[in-house]
Parts: sequence; structure tokens; C-alpha cells
Amino acid sequence: MNVQTWTYLFVFLSFSLYIGIAIWSRASSTKEFYVADGGVPPLANGMATAADWMSAASFISMAGLISFLGRDGTFYLMGWTGGYVLLALLLAPYLRKFGKFTVPDFIGDRYYSQSARLIAVFCAIVISFVYVCGQMQGAGIVFSRFLEVRIETGVLIGMAIVFFYAVLGGMKGITYTQVAQYCVLIFAFTVPAVFISLMMTGQPIPQIGFGSELTEAYGGGYLLDRLDGMSEALGFATYTEGQRSTQDVFFITAALMFGTAGLPHVIIRFFTVPNVRDARRSAGYALVFIAILYTTAPAVAAFAKTNLINTVSNAEYTAMPEWFKKWETTKLITFDDKNGDGRIQYVGDPSVNELDVNRDIMVLANPEIAELPDWVIALVVAGALAAALSTAAGLLLVISTSVAHDMMKRSFMPDISDKKELLYARLAIFIAVLVAGYFGMYPPAYVAQVVAFAFGLAAASFFPAIVLGIFWKRMNKEGAIAGMIAGFGFTAAYIIYFRFLNPSIDNAENWLLGISPEGIGTLGTLINTCVAIAVARLTPSPPNEVTEIVERIRLPGE
Amino acid sequence: MSSNSANSYWKSNLKIVASLLLVWFIASFGAGILFVDALDSIRFAGFKLGFWMAQQGSILVFVVLILVYIRLMDKLDARYAIDNAEETTARSNISQSQKEVNQ
Repeated sequence: MNVQTWTYLFVFLSFSLYIGIAIWSRASSTKEFYVADGGVPPLANGMATAADWMSAASFISMAGLISFLGRDGTFYLMGWTGGYVLLALLLAPYLRKFGKFTVPDFIGDRYYSQSARLIAVFCAIVISFVYVCGQMQGAGIVFSRFLEVRIETGVLIGMAIVFFYAVLGGMKGITYTQVAQYCVLIFAFTVPAVFISLMMTGQPIPQIGFGSELTEAYGGGYLLDRLDGMSEALGFATYTEGQRSTQDVFFITAALMFGTAGLPHVIIRFFTVPNVRDARRSAGYALVFIAILYTTAPAVAAFAKTNLINTVSNAEYTAMPEWFKKWETTKLITFDDKNGDGRIQYVGDPSVNELDVNRDIMVLANPEIAELPDWVIALVVAGALAAALSTAAGLLLVISTSVAHDMMKRSFMPDISDKKELLYARLAIFIAVLVAGYFGMYPPAYVAQVVAFAFGLAAASFFPAIVLGIFWKRMNKEGAIAGMIAGFGFTAAYIIYFRFLNPSIDNAENWLLGISPEGIGTLGTLINTCVAIAVARLTPSPPNEVTEIVERIRLPGE
Repeated sequence: MSSNSANSYWKSNLKIVASLLLVWFIASFGAGILFVDALDSIRFAGFKLGFWMAQQGSILVFVVLILVYIRLMDKLDARYAIDNAEETTARSNISQSQKEVNQ
């Protein structure tokens, strides 16, 4: 069997599994549709949260980004895991105790205000939409490269699958498919990593192989020392040393952490467990499951970079293996023989360098570069699709609940029946799938960049409003609304200014305090917090019923 | 639960959260970013310590922190006799304490 056949087999098997689960777990009430009836066991919720959270970006792009960023890549690693500590300690238990369906539910009730609720709905929809388009696009790239169909067809297949189980099963269907998708994606990520680690260092555990000596065939010496040496010799930055300024790395890490804790599709998962104790437990499980991938990724990054340099540096172009040619046809690898010697000069100096490798393909190409068996390559494809589809489904659910529950039921049509609301929820998912699919097929040029900014926006809008709402009784509606608008507005304006209006001056000299647009969400969070506290101090205290809500959510045991 | 014990439960909760977040900050922003270069002078196996904290160690610390948090909160709940499974008793306890406050 060749790669193509294996890929079709794995993709077919995993998709049948997802559809089977969807049919088994149909939702029949809004409570089942929104929060899986609040009956998901913590272990299952931990896996579902991990799959929900680890997107096409985590699976496909992250290790590749790290292999080009070196030590600075740590902001992805720490940012996207450290946020779970905040989530577990500052948000999850209290929001579970609050016991409603959505983040705007909390904001609207805690701040006794329809305007606050609608602002939260707006932020939730913008953040989720930006994010879901990226997932669809990721699925499209994988389909088109490995199944050799057009990107449009790939996105269409992805849409059909997500639509099927999200519309049918709602949160219940999504939860149990995500459990299956977690198993597929983590297996698909770790198997090639174990193979490569064994091959290069003789160590089966990649996290240990990362700090081990290379085998004789690879020239011996510690992997990282060798990678540092090769990078320096070719004029690249030293792998284990930082390139960006300390404050920028600090701010980006913090923005990703606060953003993780403020992302509505992650928070919503903690509404699905039976009680507060289980909410804490499932946050713990979720981080364990996420950490498996996140500690493997930097090892994969170092292995892949070493392998890539070994394979291409100063090698004959005509002697390149098959994968090189295949990725060249997708334009994700480009070679330009500047000095005409027929060899590949892969060096740091841009005027001499002849090879350009897209960061996104490192994980996908890694098994091929390392010449792993065909079935491992096919497995990676199934894993990448699982990662993209599981996250897309979670995001679509947030969009659907925001529309059907927060806008229809809680704001404009309070009298609609449960059945009607369920119908609206399904209709909203349907429309959201179509729109996401459209942007997946015809992505606006900036989608990939915008995904990273969803974090900054989530950090600067939701995180302070929720944390202050729990930890400061005096926090009132005026403060929360002013804070959310100031934080979201500032962050969005800074990003739009540098990334879309004036990309030519988007560099460290012009940035405010040397903070890049990726890290500005941290400043947005601080601005939100300061504005919220100042405005709250100048305006009346919240009413007694609201203080009672806060007292109630601080105690578990319901 | 009386409002007094609700208060002291919340204080203990804040203490646990604050001390764990201190460790969280030191392990990630401290060891992984602010003092990473200083820590890099220490080596073990093929790793520089600062680099290892930034790409591996901090994540392991995060996992341990949440596990410790789960343990400590379970103990705290037990001390205040909070039973997570019993919905109704807890709710009536709270409304009880609310009445006491109102009186």
C-alpha cells in the first residue's frame, strides 16, 4: 500500500468513527445541545477540552514555527499552556458554579445589563469567527496536499463532516467526537516523534531525546549543541538563544496566556461537567493531555530543523527526495539557484540563500524528511484533520449559542420555547458553517495573521471582566462595559494600525514600548483592568442581588 | 454554612490561589523569560537550564500546579464539609446563611 491508500484508509476510518459517535449522541434539548446536559465525566471533558483547544495551528504550525524561532518559540509553548493555570485557578470553578450556558450569560447576569451581554456576544462571535476560518483553511491545505483534491473540495468535505455532527449532536455530539479526535491527534503527533527520536538519538521518548546525544550516523554530540553549531556555521541565529527583546517575549507570552483563559470555546467546556469539583479536575486532565503534545512539539522542532539542514544544505538539487518535489509544486518550498551551481545554498544571508521553506509544512513533511513508513505519514494527515475539525466544531457551537441563546432567548425573544430555541441554534450552526467554509476556500490574505490576534482580543475583552466579576464584589456594570470597550478597542486599533494600515513601519523601533502587535493584548488587558476599576469607583455599587450572585459562585457545593 | 465560615473559606481559597500563582509566575516569566540567560550557564545532559525551563520545565510545573490545586481545594472543601454531589443541601445552606445575614 502506498501513502495515498493509507491516507484514504485512515481518513475514512476516523471520519466514520466521528459520524458514528454523532448518531449515537443526538441532542434533544437545549441543555443537551449547549452543555451536554452538564453530565460529562471530568476525564472525558479533559480530553474534549484538549482537542477543542489544540487546533490546526497547534498541530500543523506550532512545531514548525518553533523550529524557525528557536528559543523564542517558547512564547507559544508557555503562553498556550500557562493560560490553563489561570483558567483552572481563576475562572473554571466559579463559572461552573454560576451554572449557565455561555460567557455572555455570565457577563450579562453579573453586570445586570443587556448592553454588557450584547458587547460580550459581539466579542465572542468576532473571536470565534476569526478562529474558525483558520481551521477550515488548515483542513483544506491538508486535504489538497495529501488527497490531491482541490482546496475547495477539501474544505467542502470538512464542512460536511463538522456540519453533520455539530448540527445533530450539539455540545453532546461535539464532546464525544472530540474525545475520539483527541486520541487520534495525540497518537498521530507522538508516533512520528518517537520514531524520529529513536532514529536520531536512540531514545524512544522525544522529551529525553531532545537533550541526548545523536547517534554515530548523525555525527554524534548533543542534538542541541549540534543544531546550534550548524545554525551558526550557516549564518542563522543560534537555536538555543533568544532573538527578540525580553519585554516583547514577556508581553506575547502574557497575551497568549490571558487570551487562552478568555477564549469562549474553552471556557464553555467547563459548563459541561456535573459540579465544581469536576470542573477543577477536568482542567487538570485537560492540561495533562495538552502538555503531552506541548512538550513533544519543541523536541520535534529541533529534530526537524536538524534533519532539514542535514538533507538540503549544499546538496545537489537533482538528488532531492520525492517529498521535496511534491512540496515544491504546492509552492510551500521554493528553490532559486542564484549562483547556478546546481546545489542548494541554505544559509542565513538572504542575498545568498536559495531555499525558502514554509514554516507550516515542518510537521507535515517531517515524517517524509525522516523517511518514516507510509502509514505514519497517513496517520499525521488524519491527526491534522482531527485537530482542525475538533476546534472548528467547538467554535461553531459558541457562535450558535451566542446567536440562539444570548441574542434570541436572553435579549430579543425571551418567550420562545425550548424547541424553537433549539431550532435557531441548529440554524445558526448551519449558517456559520457556510460562512466559515466560504472563508476557508477564499481566505482573505490576512486570515492566518488574524488568528493569532484572536488571543489578544479575548485577553483584552473577556479576561478582566470575568476575573474582576468573581474576585471584586464592588465591580459594577459601568466599569465592566467601559473596560471591555477600552481594552478591545485599544488592542484592535493597535493591531489594525500596524498590520493592515502601516505594515511598512511594523518593526521594533515604532512599536509602543517595543511591544509587537502579537503581544499588545497584554497591555489591552491592563488598560481594561485599570479603566474598569477607575470607572467602577466613580459609579454606584452593584445591587444586592448581584453581590449575592458573587457570594454564591465563590462557594462550591451545588 | 454561616457567612462567617463562608468568609474564612473564601480567604483560604484566595491564599491557595495566590501562592500557586506566585510559583506560576516564577517558573514561567521568571525562569523562562526574565532570568533565562543567567540560568543558561547551568547545563544538564544536552540542555541549558534556562532553555529547558522555557521549552519543557515550565509546562511540567504548570501541570503540577493544577494537580496541587485540586488536592488543596478538595481538602479545603472537606474541612468545610462541602459536598459537591449534594445539590439541594448546599443550596438550602446558602439561603439559610442569607437569611441570617438579612436578620
